[in-house]
Formats: sequence, structure tokens, C-alpha cells
Amino acid sequence: MNIQINHMTSAMSRIAIGCALALLAACGESGGTTNTASAPGITTSEIKIGSTQPLTGPAAPGYSEIAPAANAYFQYVNAHGGIFGRKITYEYLDDGYNPTTTSSVTRKLVLQDKVFAVFNALGTPTHLAVVDYLNSEKVPDLFVASGCNCWNDPSTHPYTFGWQPDYTIEGKILGQYIQQNLAGKKVGYFYQNDEFGLDGVKGLDQQISSVASRQNYVPTNTNVAPQIAALQASGAQVVVSFSIPAFTALALLTAAKLHYNPVWVVSNVGSDVPTLTGLLTKFSSGAAGGQLLTGMVTDAYLPLVTDASNPWITLFKKIHDQYIQSLPWDGNVLYGMGAAYAFVQAIKAAGRNPTRAGIVHTLETTKLTGGPGLAPYGYGSNNHLGYLGVQVATIGADGNATTVGPVYTSSDSGSINQYSGTPATPPSNGIPS
Amino acid sequence: MPAVVKGWRLLLTPTLSRHLGLALVAFILLLLLSSQIGAYDDYTLAAVAIFVIATAGLNLLTGVNGQLSLGHGALMAVGAYSTSLLLRGHDLPLILVLLLSLAGASLVGAVFGVAAARLRGPYLAGATLALAVGLPQIATRYSHVFGGEEGLTVPPPAAPSWLGADFPPERWMAWIAIAVALVTLVLLGNLLQSSVGRSFKAVRDHEAAAALAGINVARTQVVAFVVSSACAGLAGSLFAYWSGLTAPAGFGVALSLQLISAIVIGGLGSLSGAVWGSIVLVFVPNFTSGMASSLNLPSSVGNNLPLLIYGAVLVVAMLVVPYGIDGGLRRLLALARARWAGAATNHKGVVDWDDPAGS
Repeated sequence: MNIQINHMTSAMSRIAIGCALALLAACGESGGTTNTASAPGITTSEIKIGSTQPLTGPAAPGYSEIAPAANAYFQYVNAHGGIFGRKITYEYLDDGYNPTTTSSVTRKLVLQDKVFAVFNALGTPTHLAVVDYLNSEKVPDLFVASGCNCWNDPSTHPYTFGWQPDYTIEGKILGQYIQQNLAGKKVGYFYQNDEFGLDGVKGLDQQISSVASRQNYVPTNTNVAPQIAALQASGAQVVVSFSIPAFTALALLTAAKLHYNPVWVVSNVGSDVPTLTGLLTKFSSGAAGGQLLTGMVTDAYLPLVTDASNPWITLFKKIHDQYIQSLPWDGNVLYGMGAAYAFVQAIKAAGRNPTRAGIVHTLETTKLTGGPGLAPYGYGSNNHLGYLGVQVATIGADGNATTVGPVYTSSDSGSINQYSGTPATPPSNGIPS
Repeated sequence: MPAVVKGWRLLLTPTLSRHLGLALVAFILLLLLSSQIGAYDDYTLAAVAIFVIATAGLNLLTGVNGQLSLGHGALMAVGAYSTSLLLRGHDLPLILVLLLSLAGASLVGAVFGVAAARLRGPYLAGATLALAVGLPQIATRYSHVFGGEEGLTVPPPAAPSWLGADFPPERWMAWIAIAVALVTLVLLGNLLQSSVGRSFKAVRDHEAAAALAGINVARTQVVAFVVSSACAGLAGSLFAYWSGLTAPAGFGVALSLQLISAIVIGGLGSLSGAVWGSIVLVFVPNFTSGMASSLNLPSSVGNNLPLLIYGAVLVVAMLVVPYGIDGGLRRLLALARARWAGAATNHKGVVDWDDPAGS
């Protein structure tokens, strides 16, 4: 031992001391203090992740901002030293919200670009097309941008994790709000005819006993007049809508045309005010706009975009202004940054030299806390759910949302509980430690 | 005994033996190529082969027989859904699934072909477009059978065990698709050289003259439609295996229009045109798909760039090679031949479109 030390150059001994200190301080289970190419997509200087996003097509309005927003947060992290010195490269490919395209571009990400993980891939019908493939290839499939409860299936899909509250939980909490605050009114449903809408309906049905009319749509058919007319004919005074933004806008415009004015209760994914205002104006060629949104009920699991006093909003707005000024500051941008924050938390927790199995293990065993969410994450060894709850909000005449009542958490079949945890504040440099 | 002799003579006829020889050489070369490239390149190669089957069939209908079909995406959907439904809960051999899917699409094609044979020009285009718009909607209307928007998943074809456990499934898929594509091309090539193929062209060029020459115009058109539908069904079946999913969004009007644009870019009326068109159809989007995130452009530009480039390729191709890539190459070949032969012959770089190879 002595002999070895004597032979060391001063530089080497500095490295050795640095190693020992770093080991004590931070390295933890990962071990080692030098970066190695520990997994596909991980080199000594880069973490490459990929995603499939609707940059064009029926789901593009609003949702096409999510990936650039996440990328803006990654660029911010890269500019501030990266993750253990590695820069994040985020490659997101357009699938046009077409599951067949998702299937082929996901193979491009995995086989050709050799990404470490697929991150925040968007859409229920689209991602269902590849979830088996990603798991058979053992590619981490992190924080799917969809609230389908199909992502929470650790025994068949051990590599897949959800992120936003699942639609069933969301449906239950919205249903509870209707029972408590809109009691006695006739309720109708308008939902996308796939796992997205059906999961939401599953939650609603646990709370709402009688439904006047159940109408659905498919994203490939933009004529929703028959469905809205049927809702009107049924006398529904409250319409719960599990729809993507373009179809929320179509439904609102069609209802306005029919002089039908129910209380609209819209799932979080279809309710972003700036996105809807833009769509309403565009679809009606300027005849209508944001005024149709007044009184709409929705819910939130991140701070409200308009709440300038919230430190998370300050942080993310600052990054937005610096990196993606050309995009509007809205719920989609906030969503993308929130998901990116969660990824940085997870990859940091997985240690200096993460592996594909390692990050899955980390998510199942280490609680991710201190993020922007209003409710806690559900991640555990038997649970791949993200945020466990939401807070109901209403849209005022000025287009700003106001939260109503406490944050509630739930599970797909359990009871609804009030959540009393205090919200976290972001770290001073805006990067999770 | 005479039957055997006749069989041998058939094999020795120049057309069949030439086509078989070419296909065999192509098969060996493509297999070698496929073994040298990565798994994703194999996956892409399989896509090209699958689109070759569909576009070759469409080119026979549109380029050779003169019937425009804007509904071939729907006929591919028939093949793909047949495959998905056959494989739902059963483990049938691939060849049987391919043949049954082909039969299913041929049947739909036959029914539709009878109607199509009565229609001309824009009416035919409209009717086939209706097929493309309407047929995929059946899948969402009867979602308990067809799986709705999410569609039906299809297990990938399993590679035989003698290839080893590490053999990439994408490569096996590519081999299957290449083999099926080459068989299809040989069969179609022979058909085009036969009297049936000549009657296809005769009907395209002048219906009245063809009828006067004793050709049953309506029957010829129906036959062309059925053969073409069979190709679409076969391609659809392989497409289902390839993508692992059959969903209505994958078989929209856009697919039908892409097939048409592929044969126009590649070259109308020739099988090699179908091959060139399929290469463009697969490789251009593949090349542009990463641009949105890799180029530092405003997202409103970057997101739409792949579509813009695809459109630009279409426009430029039409301006530079109005007879398609195949036509352009043949023109080059003819010009070179004329230069070589000098003034001794009267070749002036003119292509005989019905016998462009000059054979």
C-alpha cells in the first residue's frame, strides 16, 4: 500500500482523494467516480433519450409544444453542468398520432438511434402500439404522456411508468365534484372512444349513478354534431368531456351553434385555456373564442400556469423565455417541463453510471419527492402510477383558472382522500440535487 | 410424359427463365445485403419490399390498365385485418395467413372491380376514394371485432430456431418480405408479357379498338382489379406482421395517396418503377423524421419540415423526370446507347415505352 502511494503522481493522488470524498458524499450505490458507457445511449458525455410525439396531425394543437418544452428544460440542465457531466440529448420523432407510425418510429429510436430510454411518449392509442415491444427489448419507458391506467402493470410491463394522474382517478375526483357541487343536474358524457376516454368514464361511473347520455368520438372523424345534438336532446345540464384539445374545441363550438349551454367538465388533457382559445378562434374563423370557456370545470396536478407567485411557475417561465420564446406560455409547456424535471430527478437518483434495469429499480425503491406536483407520486415495486391525485379548478371570465377545494388522491378502486402534504419549493438552481 | 415435357419447355421460355434468374440473383444479393446491415436497416428494407408488392399491383392497375385507384390503402387494410383476425388466438403458419389475406382482399377487389369497370376517369377516382375513406371506419364502428382506434396487435413472425437465438427478428421479417416481393414481381412480370398483359395495355390505350380486336374490356378490367387487389392484400398482410399493429389510422386516405405518388415518382406502368417509388416512399420520411428535434428551428417550422420536404421531392421529381425515376433512367440509357451507336443508327434517345428495355 505504502509503495503504491509513493509511486503515485500528485495528480493521481488528487484523483484518488477526490474519488474517496465523492464516494462518501454522493456516489452511493452506483459506485465509481468516472463516467463509463454503462448502457445503450449512455456515453461518458451524453445521455440519449427518445420520444414519439404528435408534431403534426389531429393531436398536434397544443401537444406539439410538450417535447420542445421538455427539451428546453434539458438544455437548461445541460447549460448548468448536465447530469454527472453528461449532456442530455432528446430526440423526439413525429408520429402524427397514428399508432402505425408510432410503431415504426419507435423501432428507429431503439434499433438505430439506440436511445437509453423512451421518455414521455405521447398518446394512449399510439403508445399502446409499442408498450409490448419496448418491454420485450427491456428499454425503460418512462413517464408516458397519457393517463391511461394501462401503464401501471408492473408484472407484464416492468419497464413502463406513467406520470400524470391516471384518467380513472381523475374521473373519480371530477365525478365527486359533480356530486357535491352540481347535485341534481342531469349529467352526460362525451369521450374519446379508446382507453383514454373509457378509463375516464370508469372513474366517473364510480361516482355518478345516473347518466343521461353517453356519446363518444374517434379522432379521425371531426364531425361531432350528432353526438352534441344527442347530449342536448337528452337534457344533460352537465357534460363531462374526456377529449383531446381539438375535440374539446369542436364540442364547445358545436354546442354553441346549437344554443346548448351545459356546464362543461373537461379532463385536464383537453382543457388548456390558451390552446383552446387558439383552436376556438381558428375553427370558427374568429367568430368565437375564449369566452366559450367561462365557467368550465377542470382539474390540475401541477401549479396553475397563470399563478405568477408560484416559484415553480417562475422557474419554468424563466426557462421558457430563455429557450422557447416562440411557443406560448401554457399548460403544455408547463407539462413538458414538469415531466423533464421528473426525468432529471430519476436519472440522477439512478447514480453516476445508470443502467436500463438500474433506473427501473431506482424508481421502484427511491421516492421521487420535491417536484412541482400537487400530489405525491405512486411509484413503488407494485405500482407504476405517477401523480396520485388532482385538484379541481374552474375557468373564470378572464380565462384564468382558480382552484376549488383541496387536492384529492385516490387509486383506481380505492376511496378518495384529501391530501394534506405541503407543496415543495424548487431548488435554487432549478435542478434537482 | 407430354405434360412434363411441356413443363420443361415452359421453364425454358425466355421470359420465365429470365425473370426467375433475375429474381434469384436479386434474392441472393438482398439476403447478403440484409445480413450485413443493422436491425433497423433490415426493418426499413422489409418496409420497402412490402411497399413494392402494393405499388407493383397498383402500377399494373393504374399504369398498365389505366384504371386509377385512390383506394388501395383500404385494400391493404383488408389484408392487414384478415391477418390480425386470423392470428387472434390462433397460431397459423405464415404462408397460410398470407394466402388467406390475399384471398380476402381479392374477394373485396372482385366485388369492387365489377363496379369500377363501369366507371371512368374522375368517377372511378371518386368511387375508389370512397373505399379509402369508408372502409377503415368499419373498424371503429365495430370495435369489438376490429379493436377500434387502438387496433389489433400482431405477433412478429418467429425466426426458425436453426438461425440461432440471436438472429434479429427484423432480419427474418426482411427475408420474408423480400421473398414474397420477388415472387410477386416474377408472377406480375410474366403476366405482363402474356396475352393477358397485352390485353391490359390494349384496353388502356383504346377501349373501342381493344373491343374490336376481340378483347372483353369489362372482364379485362375486373381481372386487373382483382390481381391488383391481391397484391394489396398480400402487402397489407405483411404490413401487419411488420408493424405489429393493425389500426385504422394506419390505412387512411394518406396511405392510398402515398401509393399513387410512389408509382408516379417511380414510373407509371413498369415494375421497376414500383421499386423506385417504394424506395422513395420509405426513405424520404425516414431521412427527415429526426429533423424536428435535431435541427435548431422554431417548432412551427421544424415540425412540418418532413412533410414539406416530401412535397418538394414530389414536385421536383415531376419537373425533372416527368416519366418517373424509371423513365428518367431509361431515357439516360437510351441517350447513352444513341451516343455509342453514333450516327450510324437513327436512335435519338427515344424510349419505346412498351418495350423500354429494347429487348
